[in-house]
Amino acid sequence: MLEKLRLEAQQRWQERTSHNQAVIYIGTASCGRAAGALETLQAIRETLQDLGKEARIIEVGCIGPCYLEPLMDIALPGLARVSYANVTPAKARQILAACLTTGDLLPGKAAGHFGDDSFTRTSGIQPFFDLPMLKPQQRIILQKCGIIDPEDFDSALSTGAYKGLERAFTLGPEGIILEMQQAGLRGRGGAGFPTFRKWQAARTATGKPKYVVCNADEGDPGAFMNRALLEGDPHAVLEGMLIGGYAIGAREGIVYMRAEYPLAVKRMCKAIGQAYNSGLLGCNICNSGFDFDIRVQEGAGAFVCGEETALIASLEGLRGMPRPRPPYPTDRGYKGKPTLINNTESFGTVPAVLREGGEWFRQFGTASNPGTKTFSLVGKTRYTGLIEIPLGMTLRQVVEEIGGGTRFPFKAIQTGGPLGGCLPADRLDTPITYETMRELGSIMGSGGLIVMDESTCNVDMARYFVGFACSESCGNCTPCRVGTRILKDTLEKIVSGEGEPEDLEVMQRAAETMNNASLCGLGQAASNPVISSLKYFRQEYEEHIHQKFCRSAVCTELFEYTILPERCTGCGACVKVCPETAIHGERKQAHTLDTTRCVKCNACVRVCPVHAIVGAPVGTQAGTTRLAEAAI
Amino acid sequence: MTVERLIQSRDEFWAAGFTGDLAELIPLLQYYQETHGYISPEGVEAIAGFLGISEARVYTVASFYAQFRFQKPGKNHVFVCLGTACHVQGGVDLANEIHEHLHIRNGETTPDGQFDFKEVACLGCCAQAAVVEVNGKIYAKMNREKLRKVLKEHQHA
Ligand SMILES: Cc1cc2nc3c(=O)[nH]c(=O)nc-3n(C[C@H](O)[C@H](O)[C@H](O)COP(=O)(O)O)c2cc1C
Ligand code: FES
Repeated sequence: MLEKLRLEAQQRWQERTSHNQAVIYIGTASCGRAAGALETLQAIRETLQDLGKEARIIEVGCIGPCYLEPLMDIALPGLARVSYANVTPAKARQILAACLTTGDLLPGKAAGHFGDDSFTRTSGIQPFFDLPMLKPQQRIILQKCGIIDPEDFDSALSTGAYKGLERAFTLGPEGIILEMQQAGLRGRGGAGFPTFRKWQAARTATGKPKYVVCNADEGDPGAFMNRALLEGDPHAVLEGMLIGGYAIGAREGIVYMRAEYPLAVKRMCKAIGQAYNSGLLGCNICNSGFDFDIRVQEGAGAFVCGEETALIASLEGLRGMPRPRPPYPTDRGYKGKPTLINNTESFGTVPAVLREGGEWFRQFGTASNPGTKTFSLVGKTRYTGLIEIPLGMTLRQVVEEIGGGTRFPFKAIQTGGPLGGCLPADRLDTPITYETMRELGSIMGSGGLIVMDESTCNVDMARYFVGFACSESCGNCTPCRVGTRILKDTLEKIVSGEGEPEDLEVMQRAAETMNNASLCGLGQAASNPVISSLKYFRQEYEEHIHQKFCRSAVCTELFEYTILPERCTGCGACVKVCPETAIHGERKQAHTLDTTRCVKCNACVRVCPVHAIVGAPVGTQAGTTRLAEAAI
Repeated sequence: MTVERLIQSRDEFWAAGFTGDLAELIPLLQYYQETHGYISPEGVEAIAGFLGISEARVYTVASFYAQFRFQKPGKNHVFVCLGTACHVQGGVDLANEIHEHLHIRNGETTPDGQFDFKEVACLGCCAQAAVVEVNGKIYAKMNREKLRKVLKEHQHA
């Protein structure tokens, strides 16, 4: 059906990247832009002019290892694409000058290449996907992110976009659902509900018209999997929605997107336009008799609108308040009609399943958790960014192999975002699946992974998450509205040094009520961060309450800074940044910190290369004693 | 609001592609904020008139969502991310820097109209935390000193 279109696209795309002129790829997703990709892009344009060289510049999405951003790739005529990391404007000039004038690929500066083995031998550059962060990964959903030009339809089409849709048309709706059943894909929005069952329910539901909604309201603060996919390969999501729409017999699809993601919105709208122009949206798509429209609606900044019934309320122009289920949206959803809601990544996975088959998808992951899942790995690991792994991989592999470990001793990993839990080092050998995460008192959630080291206070983190849940609670049901408030107030008391022994009991009781009686997942899970950290890090709570001490030096009232002489190398970095000249010491000798002057701005902690500045209980340091003496 | 003004804004909404369906309430508010900078009382009146609902109903919805502002914005828009990744990397310090430096809190505008400031929960660049957005441009790996510099640049510009 699409052969002709695809062939033409391939020709055009090949011409554009043909190997008689150099092609420069630059990652300009939001994360790359934050790291300065647009300035680098400007420098590339100027350098080309200065050198008098012609080259095609192609903007691509996020390839994953955000710590390497901005990433610039160069493919010289006839050679493989070579990637360079942390390319500042100055570095871009240097690399371009070498590559384009003398053909020197500067192997010492290259991060990796995208060619074959023989290129490794001839160039002395390692394959990009052999980087320690990338090697243990399995890329299915992200296969094209960072490789193709997300704003160029030819680029998507010539790399296999809409092949899954073609096969879906030959299978028919029942066949599609069967294939999804074989694949065993589970919802990536957090709960892990089998996708085929949801599709089956939407298909058999009576009532017309039916709707398809893509949940792109990625509300988890600290996660960006959906953003990266929407910015890097929007057609995969559209294709998934089309397949879903065809399977359940819908006529219209809506992408509900987070307003904080302007670039994702722009690229999605562009992709929709391209799909209309090529007859992949609209009437009688590919002569199949299937009509389908997709539009984008922007959310307006409410975490709870990620919950499906709240999302529907928001689409209808109401306050985003959840309602009890059943009836499920597959029976009564948008405008009271059967509505299929899936997460962005769930839809993004569907094309690969249909293209390659359910059996193929099952070879990844575990029997009950098939396939791969994307995660955003952030916090204190050495390597941060977007990753994709087969489910069942252990947390340890993710933190230590993919993340490269932490610089300072590992303390905890938060999975599942603000509704998830905090897991300690001795649980790192747990395989990541929906069930194991739940058993540990956390959740898989949509895929946020936040790694914390000794400089993060677990009590403060719990306070942070509960504060978030409290401000995002829609206020509709009492257990959530009051419960999050109780948890927040209690934790604020504890971190400010006013904690009392019975507070822990109070929180346990509030959490129980919230779990049992809240209307939606927000209230039911909002206590997870507190309960899990109480379970695994109870000692820290007790120190806060009984000794009024925060060992991580985060809760301002509960510590004084001190410099560990055995760690301090006397580099003097802290002396330079201290606004109050509270730190003294000879170069190359252990420094001392005067607590009477210290304002705990923590500038020194941030620059210390050896983590020598730590917290000590209040009143135990020399400076304080002097102050006490002076007071007498 | 006079009838003429109501008709005028109705025509404007029509021209922008709105039909008057109730489900358009949030997109209408977004459109109004985009074109007028904030949701003024006149804006609420215009939208209520256009959809045939009460102003209270418009406020009910608008006040639920963090995106809408009811005060005139400043010349420069500063967003400090307080998402989890940014929290771990010191986002609170940055928010405090704004309080101390510009003397405004979340949702406020400086008296001279130079800056408005909002705290947000994640701008999606978590691997580059802590993150601040000024006028649509995202600044990565921020600390107090860098933020002060960025603010200064915009103050003069
Ligand atoms: C408070 C809350 C927030 C949620 N936020 C999101 C979200 O940001 N994105 C998402 O896809 N699902 C979110 N969900 C889950 C959705 O309700 C829904 O289960 C999901 O979109 C279904 O898609 P799936 O079957 O593909 O996972 C949230 C649920 C709750 C309770
Ligand atoms: S947490 Fe700040 S950008 Fe995501």
